[in-house]
Amino acid sequence: MAIATGQWREVALSDAEYDLIVARLGREPSPVELGMFGAMWSEHCGYKHSRPLLRQLPTDAPWVLQGPGENAGAVDVGDGLAVVFKVESHNHPSAVEPYQGAATGVGGIVRDIFTMGARPIAILDSLRFGPLDRPRNRYLFDNVVGGIGGYGNCLGIPTVGGEIFSDPSFSGNPLVNAMCIGVASHGSLTRAAAGGVGNVIMLVGADTGRDGLHGATFASVDDPEGSHRGVVQVGNPFIEKLLLEACLELLDGDDIVAMQDLGAAGLTSSVVECASRGGVGAELDVAFVPRRETGMTPYEIMLSESQERMLLVVQPDGVERVREVMARWSLQASEIGRITGDGAVRVLDCGEVVADLPAALLTDGCPTYVREAQESEAARARRQLDLASVPDLVAGTGPGSFVDVLLRLLGSPNLGSRRPVFERYDHTILTNTVVPPGVGDAAVLRLKGTSRGIAAAIDCNSRYCFLDPDLGARHAVAEATRNISCVGAQPLAITDCLNFGNPEKPAGYFQLSRAVAGLAEACRALGVPVVSGNVSLYNETADAAVMPTPTVGAVGVLADVRRHATMVWEEGDQIILVGGGAPELGGSEYLAHIGGLVAGSPPVLDLVVESAVQAIVRDAIRDGVLRTAHDCAEGGLAVALAEMALASGVGATIDGDVPTGANGRLDEAWFGEAPNRVVAACGESSVDEMRSRCDAAGVSVYRLGRVEGAMLRSGAIGSVDLAEARQAFEAALLMPIIAELDWSAT
Amino acid sequence: MSSVGVISFPGSNGDHDAWHAFAVDLGIPTRVIDYRDTDMSGLAVLVLPGGFSYGDHLRCGAIARFAPVMEPLRAFAARGGPVLGICNGFQILTEAHLLPGALLRNQTLRFHCHWTHLRLEGTGTAWTSGLSPGDVLRLPVAHGEGAYYADASTLDELEATGRVVARYCDPCGNATADANPNGSARSIAAVSNEGGNIVGLMPHPERATDRVVGGDDGLRLLSSVLSFLNVAV
Repeated sequence: MAIATGQWREVALSDAEYDLIVARLGREPSPVELGMFGAMWSEHCGYKHSRPLLRQLPTDAPWVLQGPGENAGAVDVGDGLAVVFKVESHNHPSAVEPYQGAATGVGGIVRDIFTMGARPIAILDSLRFGPLDRPRNRYLFDNVVGGIGGYGNCLGIPTVGGEIFSDPSFSGNPLVNAMCIGVASHGSLTRAAAGGVGNVIMLVGADTGRDGLHGATFASVDDPEGSHRGVVQVGNPFIEKLLLEACLELLDGDDIVAMQDLGAAGLTSSVVECASRGGVGAELDVAFVPRRETGMTPYEIMLSESQERMLLVVQPDGVERVREVMARWSLQASEIGRITGDGAVRVLDCGEVVADLPAALLTDGCPTYVREAQESEAARARRQLDLASVPDLVAGTGPGSFVDVLLRLLGSPNLGSRRPVFERYDHTILTNTVVPPGVGDAAVLRLKGTSRGIAAAIDCNSRYCFLDPDLGARHAVAEATRNISCVGAQPLAITDCLNFGNPEKPAGYFQLSRAVAGLAEACRALGVPVVSGNVSLYNETADAAVMPTPTVGAVGVLADVRRHATMVWEEGDQIILVGGGAPELGGSEYLAHIGGLVAGSPPVLDLVVESAVQAIVRDAIRDGVLRTAHDCAEGGLAVALAEMALASGVGATIDGDVPTGANGRLDEAWFGEAPNRVVAACGESSVDEMRSRCDAAGVSVYRLGRVEGAMLRSGAIGSVDLAEARQAFEAALLMPIIAELDWSAT
Repeated sequence: MSSVGVISFPGSNGDHDAWHAFAVDLGIPTRVIDYRDTDMSGLAVLVLPGGFSYGDHLRCGAIARFAPVMEPLRAFAARGGPVLGICNGFQILTEAHLLPGALLRNQTLRFHCHWTHLRLEGTGTAWTSGLSPGDVLRLPVAHGEGAYYADASTLDELEATGRVVARYCDPCGNATADANPNGSARSIAAVSNEGGNIVGLMPHPERATDRVVGGDDGLRLLSSVLSFLNVAV
């Protein structure tokens, strides 16, 4: 069957890309081959726009066991253990079918982890929605949270941390990023490179249906809402749980050569990537693929994104063991092909060749693009707006008073309590959760059988990235690692999820390229390599892109998990501020929520000071000097202190030196934002110890006040009753069930 | 020495935590029993752990009650062997009619995970020998279908015969409406059978066995089994 003119555009290939395929093949592709190219050369699989940029990222360190290029990255955490982790997006499916989109996002990232031979022990999520007072956004929010919980809870993997941010730019295009962390012994880490001519290719797990056809392509075009629901996969966490246990059991043997999950682009990408990584070829016959629908064509079988499936490359004498293990877990196991030595991926249908392509052409042959980068005038104008002209909104005693502004911020969707979300996630299963959600800056998990623990956090300030993608991306790395340090862990590495708009537009490519440069610089300065990641572009609807969001997931290690910190302080503690970045209003939550203004430059970030502040806090926690530390981020000092008071149930009197910003304004000092600062609380003797540690490192330290009473009070700005603050804080994200009924309204 | 048997159904996910609590935290010989096993020899105690057996398809616990392991379990219980059902295990025991009542969807229709307090009442069971009426335990819950339900006469009978093992309460032991996390009838969190050898509860004692993960009150309940380990059933 010949390819009709323009047919390649249906699989999102350009005319030039099609011409390149014909030239490289020396012939026209078959329809199945065209579909395979469309999937493999999509942005999602081929990283067409991001690959040249990603080369800037540091990926190596002595403790890195596996960098990018495998299903997930891995670092050494001591005692012979490896921690395996990765973050991935499922934005486009979640925009169309939020529950299943989010659920299968979790399913996909969990498979990436156990494919590496690691047992998944934690999930984190990073979510972006439009304003939550709009019913459609509320529906998306409620169902995304439901989907993450529904899948993760059933699998028995705790969801221990995350972040949520809302802004109008995410209205038609929410972001759903899920991160999974697993643990393996060094020796049991598994790779996904096929090898050994004659080895058997097996497909295990769920049957193959028509769901998710073209998912990879779909994730690489604008306006997912304009597409149809058929491209969204449906998840079955029960099958995934069986598959998880069966696969980990299989990997205990030495007859499994490679394991690769079927995610975006289904069988096509898993076979092609496996073969390409191993420098071998593969021949498979789709007739042996078990299906749940009749009449499926080879094209549909090769591109189905049915969930809970896994590709294995098995030594011939291991096939029986695979069958036996899978049968014991009530799962399918089918021999579908063999590894060959000719580097070609050959697809047969009952013996008849329907595709025959060089594996490397599908992977490394994918063209890459460097586009024109030009900042949008709108973003530039916002950044350059002179904030001196914005009046100080904190004054007087009524509306606009300090107390009023603080309560409004505590009750806002971006700063309010996340309890209504994290209580829908099982975060105590597996009994490793030492610092659960809501009480610390990062989740802390014990590693059973050792004295060690790991910490994990996921962060990005999308507003900072919109105003200045380079600086905003640096902030994301600084904040994620600061959160790790604030619980007392040594940051080891990060995983990143690059959520951006259309890179073919100069403004979109500007954001992407600048953000990657910023990530690279901050990772080098803070000594954290990038070991895995994911790229999601074309996050646009009706010509408007989302705020650029390079989500950073960070993982750290604690030598003694009992030596950790939370944000909980105790009556009588002294409160200090470690580090002294000057607070600024640019890009602040205060300016956005109270002033209705997304403007100004994000705060200056000094990575040398950042590194020093993190080290002081981390070491003090390790040495038992500090047990209470909290990053001073969105909402500024006032919100940080209120969060600590609320987490502890004890107030504070702030009568010390509150550092002011460059303009000496009250709102700037209390609600302005600055990196490089950590609020800590400790006994009087530890204050002296902290002061001498800070002096020795040349880091500023301020005494702010002491922990006491049921109010947060300061002579300069008034008093806030904790009960009143708690009421505002806890109500911020409450999700009335009624929201589910109003979903169709926009 | 005889062992604790933790039964693993397809979709169980609390089996490892239960195994860890008994085997590591309490140091008791413990093995995981496959849902197809029918040989209970050497087992002095059976535990049905939490999870989503058979994906919660049809109804929580409705399919697991037909698993091959349930027949010998029934016989073991009939001989007075101690059986504990935690969360999904409790749901399975009610579906199997080994415990009265049913577990309905939480009043909020949502999954909830947080720490709760339980006030012990009927402590004449196999699982509460180390506890006294009025003791308050702090344990986590994590479930979407945990609202205990039975008709009024059954509830009256359970209360009259000391078979309400524990109720949700505030930290001071008051069974207030606010302390009831899921809409359970009369705040009931745990019940026993007539013989007191079978207990089901929604909270997770096996997740509260070490202060480093938030509390160790679960050990006070689980350690009751120590007295059974050398008794053949």
